[in-house]
Amino acid sequence: MSHQTQFKALVESLHGAITHQERFTLSYNAEESDFIRFNHAKVRQAGRVQQASVNFKLIDDGRHADLNLTLSGDSEVDRQRLSEALHQLRDTLTLLPEDPYLLLNEADWQSTNVQDQPLPDSDHVVQQIAHLGEGLDLVGIYAAGPLYRGFASSNGAFGWHQANSFNFDWSLFHENGQAVKANYAGHHWSDEGFARRFNLAREQLTFLGRPARTLAPGQYRAYLAPAAVEEIIGMLGWGGFSAQSLADKSSPLQRLYSGDLSFSPLVSMDEQVSGSLSPAFSGEGYPRSDLSLVVEGAAGDQLVGSRSAAEYGLTANGAGWGESPSALSMKGGSLGLDDVLKTLGTGLYISNLWYLNFSDRSAGRMTGMTRFATFWVEDGKIIAPVSTMRFDDSVFSLLGSALEALTTERELILSTSTYSQRDTSSNLLPGALISRLTLTL
Amino acid sequence: MFDFSAQLKQRFAALQSSAQFFSLRYVKQTSQHLSVRKNVAAPPHLSTDEGAMLTVRLNGIETYAATNDISQRGLQAALEQAETQARLLAPHALLNLSDQRVSSSRADYLSPNMSSPFPSLSDCYALLSAESAAVPKDDRLVNWQVSLGLENVEQIYLNSAGAEIRQAQRYVFPDLSVTAFDGHDSQSRSLGRENFGQQGGAEVIATCGLVGAATKIADQALQLIMAPNTPSGPRDLLLTPDQMILQIHESIGHPLELDRILGDERNYAGTSFVKASDFGTLQYGSNLLNVTFDPDIPEQLASYGYDDDGTEATKQFLIKDGVLVRPLGGALSQFRAGMDGVANSRACSWNRAPIDRMANLNIEPGDKSMAQLIGGIEHGILMSTNSSWSIDDARNKFQFGCEWGQLIENGELKGVVKNPNYRAISAQFWRNLSAVGDASTFKVLGTPNCGKGEPNQVVRVGHASPACVFSNVDVFGGDA
Repeated sequence: MSHQTQFKALVESLHGAITHQERFTLSYNAEESDFIRFNHAKVRQAGRVQQASVNFKLIDDGRHADLNLTLSGDSEVDRQRLSEALHQLRDTLTLLPEDPYLLLNEADWQSTNVQDQPLPDSDHVVQQIAHLGEGLDLVGIYAAGPLYRGFASSNGAFGWHQANSFNFDWSLFHENGQAVKANYAGHHWSDEGFARRFNLAREQLTFLGRPARTLAPGQYRAYLAPAAVEEIIGMLGWGGFSAQSLADKSSPLQRLYSGDLSFSPLVSMDEQVSGSLSPAFSGEGYPRSDLSLVVEGAAGDQLVGSRSAAEYGLTANGAGWGESPSALSMKGGSLGLDDVLKTLGTGLYISNLWYLNFSDRSAGRMTGMTRFATFWVEDGKIIAPVSTMRFDDSVFSLLGSALEALTTERELILSTSTYSQRDTSSNLLPGALISRLTLTL
Repeated sequence: MFDFSAQLKQRFAALQSSAQFFSLRYVKQTSQHLSVRKNVAAPPHLSTDEGAMLTVRLNGIETYAATNDISQRGLQAALEQAETQARLLAPHALLNLSDQRVSSSRADYLSPNMSSPFPSLSDCYALLSAESAAVPKDDRLVNWQVSLGLENVEQIYLNSAGAEIRQAQRYVFPDLSVTAFDGHDSQSRSLGRENFGQQGGAEVIATCGLVGAATKIADQALQLIMAPNTPSGPRDLLLTPDQMILQIHESIGHPLELDRILGDERNYAGTSFVKASDFGTLQYGSNLLNVTFDPDIPEQLASYGYDDDGTEATKQFLIKDGVLVRPLGGALSQFRAGMDGVANSRACSWNRAPIDRMANLNIEPGDKSMAQLIGGIEHGILMSTNSSWSIDDARNKFQFGCEWGQLIENGELKGVVKNPNYRAISAQFWRNLSAVGDASTFKVLGTPNCGKGEPNQVVRVGHASPACVFSNVDVFGGDA
């Protein structure tokens, strides 16, 4: 039985089990994943994971509770589990007060997206990796397989999202400890495409063999490649655009949204759900809208979940848990990729940043490390790799007064996160030329 | 407790396999997360999760298949999937595990007070609501939340060498946080959150400090919003246990993980500034530094009898009198590196494979009371409760921030300062450990959220520590 059929059967069983005054929402998460880890270009650890669960919300008389439940895949067992969950939730609701912030989507919207392009056998991929990685110190992970997301409500709403995808995320290490990071991900595996991406990383590795340069703390011109920009954007996504965080004054962008500060007019960011790889609906049953979060440096829309909508009198726009973006698209600029080194002149070329956190959250000030393929550039030429350095700077400088240019070309970066399940979020980002980046350690 | 044990053993006994060795690890976890925010009860989030991981050793390689289908047919199918993958991938394997020893232990392990139930949902909400209502009315207090996380985990490990290890554990995670806003800046103060959790039941809720804490936490948030920024410059740094646990975690725990030293994590979590050759010789810290892997404090988050590969857990010194002596490496890493380690091969659940993790990683108490620690500082700062953490991939250059700072001048605590941050280099920082608090300053803490591994995993980690003083540390404040 297909996942969609199983899910529909569970929805039907719930329709028949609830009373006339009860309501429910049911969201579905499942995947079948191959996870193959590599170290020294050999298979270090490999396995397959099959998992499926539902998040079941029962609503009655303004009260509601959620139960996340693992499914077995056996329809009879799962119907029984759902029935027991229904009883547990009914018992729970009797103990709860009415929730003033309950806001259900009453619409019976329908949404289906199925992408079932076949993936290569994992042993074929391993052979390709072993072939190209021969003689190299490669470390990383290949994660692949189908994933399924569903939503249904007692009001008749139904959403289904199904996609096959792979994500090979790896690093090549030079014997001096320097490394370059690379990624090959998507729906259609091509041996030729993979070889091209692999060889690009291999070429970058040659630069890393030069003696490393250690920089003194201070301010430097810097180019942040899209993967480095993603780390900064990721920090802003941690409550930055969240309606609740903005209301609670815990957002790192509260001074942007209050109008006290702004980014450079070069900066525009959208939550671009349409055409992205993530589901078009949220786990709580709202179709997700395309939103303009930052418009030419000024605050735009907020990400609003149903609870925030009810509490603050806003309109829910399909934000998921944490009200974080999951399909962020940042507008490109006018800097051609071929002109990056020349325009940078003398400074840092930073491929990746790592382990960012806030040193003053309410001021939007953050710290983090360089990691993977960071180079010292003089007069537009790569001179040497740079030893790991810490930066500590305000986002209102990095994306504001110090932002000189954004690249025309943008990179689609698919999430490699596999906490609990494979993530479907992505970012479409340009590189950024910064006139001053403050290094501290 | 262990209701599924007999049936699972029957199903395991009926499995057919041609593997040299195979094992089954079943995990069932139920949890409830309850929260009251600004005097409004949020809907409870309940969870029931169960599944099993089958692991096979075949042609020298170990592979796994994890499944949500724990029927006889589902377990057999997973076992066969793992075998198929082992045959396909064996020619590309990094390791030949044919000669690695396997566990044949048989034992049960239980959290403290397993026979007494968790408090009822009504009682929990009553407690949370009372605490929320105790936050004083003040327009500057813009947000507050009180939460309880209650988790119950049963794990059964069986293998073809006869091992049968059953562990039933319960965890409590309290959380209280208050945010103050003055129209420009915001400051938060918390209790619990990411730095407290213990094994046990109602007794943990009663003793963790949550009950009656709201007034004090709210008052401290207001003090912070009125406080000046932390001044910049070198100072002696007194860290209380709720920041020490982050310091231990990031700059001792992660760098001592043997799988990082062996290179497995270089693509994600990172490597280590520690080399395999450093064990036995490296002066990691001052001679006041004594660090243990300690699974024997019953209430601590990662106390257990056996790790997830079936290795018995015993207390071991990792750093003795400042000298690095032993890594955090489980049986597989020990086999690879030819070194002694500890029983720290752990997985977050049934759907992830065990890897080297921190468990309980503690600093042993010294001989100074809190008054003596403060009294010994001429120009310094006390910092409490982590709010920000960042460290390089080799776990060397770090910058950490705290919620609460208090200056120390001439042996006395002075004014409160906000946004206290400090930065240093691990390899130098611990050598500047100048005083260690005694048992009266020692606290058993931990975090529910330690992330690592590919695929990613989050595990519970315990840390217990006294308050400690570090000399001449670079401290600074924020922009606001």
